[in-house]
Amino acid sequence: MRLEPKPAASLAATFAYPLAAIAATMLASSLLVLAAGASPFSVFYLVAKGAAGSQFALLETLSRATPLIFTGLAVAVAFRAKLWNIGAEAQLYAGAVMTVVLGTGALPLPAPILIPLIMLAAIAAGAVLLLIPALLKTRLGVDEVVTTLLFNFIMLLFVSMLLEGPLKDPMGLGWPQSPKIIAEAQLPRLIQGRRLHFGFVLALTAAFATWFVMKKAVLGYEMRAVGHNAEAARFAGIPVNTVLMKTAIFSGGLAALAGFSEVAGLKGNLTLDLSPGYGYSGIVVAMLAMLNPLGVVLSAIFVAGIFVGADAMSRAAGVPSYIADVMVAMALLFMVTAMLLARYRIRLR
Amino acid sequence: MAPALRLTSITKRFGALTANDAISLDLHSGEVVALLGENGAGKTTLMNILFGHYVADEGSIEVFGKPLPPGDPKAALRSGVGMVHQHFTLADNLTVLENIALGTQPLFKPRLDRNLVRRRIENLASDFGLAVNPDAPVSALTVGERQRVEILKALYRDARVLILDEPTAVLAPIETEALFRTLKLLVAKGLSVIFISHKLNEVMAVSNRILVLRSGRLAGERLTTETNPHDLAELMVGREVMPPAVMPREPGKSVLVLRNVSTLATASATTPLDAVSLAIDEGEIVGLAGVSGNGQASLAGLLSGTLSPSAGDVWLKGEPIGDWSPRAALAHGIGRIPEDRHTVGTIADMSLTENVISERYASPRFARHGLLDWTAARAFALDIMRDYDVKAPAPETRIRLLSGGNMQKLILGRALDGDPSLILANQPARGLDVGAVSYVHARLLDARARGAAILLISEDLDEILALSDRIVVISRGRLSTPSRRGERSVREIGELMAGREVAGVPDAP
Repeated sequence: MRLEPKPAASLAATFAYPLAAIAATMLASSLLVLAAGASPFSVFYLVAKGAAGSQFALLETLSRATPLIFTGLAVAVAFRAKLWNIGAEAQLYAGAVMTVVLGTGALPLPAPILIPLIMLAAIAAGAVLLLIPALLKTRLGVDEVVTTLLFNFIMLLFVSMLLEGPLKDPMGLGWPQSPKIIAEAQLPRLIQGRRLHFGFVLALTAAFATWFVMKKAVLGYEMRAVGHNAEAARFAGIPVNTVLMKTAIFSGGLAALAGFSEVAGLKGNLTLDLSPGYGYSGIVVAMLAMLNPLGVVLSAIFVAGIFVGADAMSRAAGVPSYIADVMVAMALLFMVTAMLLARYRIRLR
Repeated sequence: MAPALRLTSITKRFGALTANDAISLDLHSGEVVALLGENGAGKTTLMNILFGHYVADEGSIEVFGKPLPPGDPKAALRSGVGMVHQHFTLADNLTVLENIALGTQPLFKPRLDRNLVRRRIENLASDFGLAVNPDAPVSALTVGERQRVEILKALYRDARVLILDEPTAVLAPIETEALFRTLKLLVAKGLSVIFISHKLNEVMAVSNRILVLRSGRLAGERLTTETNPHDLAELMVGREVMPPAVMPREPGKSVLVLRNVSTLATASATTPLDAVSLAIDEGEIVGLAGVSGNGQASLAGLLSGTLSPSAGDVWLKGEPIGDWSPRAALAHGIGRIPEDRHTVGTIADMSLTENVISERYASPRFARHGLLDWTAARAFALDIMRDYDVKAPAPETRIRLLSGGNMQKLILGRALDGDPSLILANQPARGLDVGAVSYVHARLLDARARGAAILLISEDLDEILALSDRIVVISRGRLSTPSRRGERSVREIGELMAGREVAGVPDAP
């Protein structure tokens, strides 16, 4: 069996293949739903209704999509330059820690000054956390997949230490949680009484800015060139190592904003369960979007919708909400396969 | 008697491209048939079909009268077809004996009877003039010796039909002669050989019959005794070929001066330079001849800026060169045509526009306030496409979809834009069709005429002889003294390439 490249994909095929991937995902997950003893049609209906069936559901989905947009962008940016950042989870927590450190009253400033200041500090913290693996990669040839992945565990244990020590809330009844941030550090809610907050607007802005950088800026060109062919880029005089450092700052900063936005917009304080794996889901989101920054917004909403909808479905139909993990994972596998088939034709023998 | 090998009407298509179009071939025992054609004419595809790596869309193969099942390399081996690939398939960490025996041992007999294997190898080696020490590790062998091991490997498997794919591409002239003697011994014993090449003189020297392929079709068949290189060249390219006319030149000032320059070995340039001195004047083409892997990559890396000298001095237009990088090389006005246009010269998944600006995207011409001016970039790409005859649907087309010739013209345009004072042309015409070759040569001669200093690196001695004002030979990281056009015979250059000192050669002028 071998793969032969197709000359060029037609416009129709560009849309047909992702749609086929979604259809295949639904088909394959219906088998699991049947095995769980429920009707696939009612389950899919309940997932869709739970994700977008009401104003409340829709806002909940968008609120859940907010950190995924940030981590998805972080991964998309890094993967574009072939810097394999598996550590968005650690960078997210670095941003969250910075938000709590500066936002709980250490800086008595008005919100229009305090919030941008915290954002910059969070970006810096996330950037530093990815710069270390990037430096190890360029100076010593240490594989960044391993280092960024391991940083996730280091960071989580570090946060755990902080929450049992210097950042522990004295009023927290002994729970490992930080104090609440002050009102000036909080992001406003977009709709009174709902959970959707200003972080969503920031995420959309970040997606657009990232798209602009990748498309129009010198840096985006350099990153794409390094990602496609580092050897040719180096020969042409593109400073490959410098570009990788800039990529690390860009990507680590975006992931840290996810942590900032979750603390400042939604949770108000730092706990060990701030992120149910948003850093890892960011990889799925970025891959589903084929690393396109604007596509990340759509795929983050899609993934968030499945998770939110599956929670509601689970309560109504009695199918475990783990089906959401299975669906997202299968969507990724089918999408990657569909993209391969869109570009190559398979020859048996 | 059935022929040793019969291909009947073999056709293979890759998408819109027909790589082989109804090709038939008979090979008799005791015969050397040469398969001659430009790169991309379909020679290797045909042999890969014969050997089972590809499956033909149409046509059939018979070996000694028996049909060969398609797509089965093992069946091809069993029927007595052996192939020596252009890139060797030997395990470096094993000895010659182990390499030869590899894959011939039954699974349930784990012990290798070395004495038996050694005796067979020694018999084969003495029969066919393939002297090689069976117990030497392959990593210690020269390229020529490795090729002998490959041939022994095929003979050890009782090959009766031997296919040699561009066997001389990696050999020095002396080694080539030894190979030709071996081929004569093989056919004297009744074996048959298919000799794949695009070098006319070798084909004339070694074959009984010549089949010429041109863009996938059989362009003609000749008995070697009844043809001549001129006739074959016409068949190969489909029209008469004119060698480039090189005007004599006035001596000029030195543009590049290397004095006792050494480099360190790297992964991509394994043979470092060893105290090399060289001067290239304006309006001059210096041809660097040599067997592949003798330090060409190091000298090319030095001029490209990817490799820094570890000792010695480099002057460019009278200025000593200190810090050294690809960007510095570009800033000093060096135009660079890299050896590998697919992986170094271009970025396959980016567009023509993105590739054409890759060496100067940071200049004010294309970048302002950190943003790229894509309008200017696209206009530049259109200029290059027009001025250098690059055929592509649009500047947005991905480089991957371009032919080798068009890709090289784009690289040429990028390198020559801005009239560089020094040009590194590393294998500028390798693998191109004849039209593109003469185009590339003509543009290099134009650059020479306007006063550029050019270093031409090539493994094709004919190309070096045709274009160079002076020729230096590189061997094991050292340069010979330069010789002016016509000063040394091809034989003398060949001996220098093989690493021998030539007596009676005058010192540098």
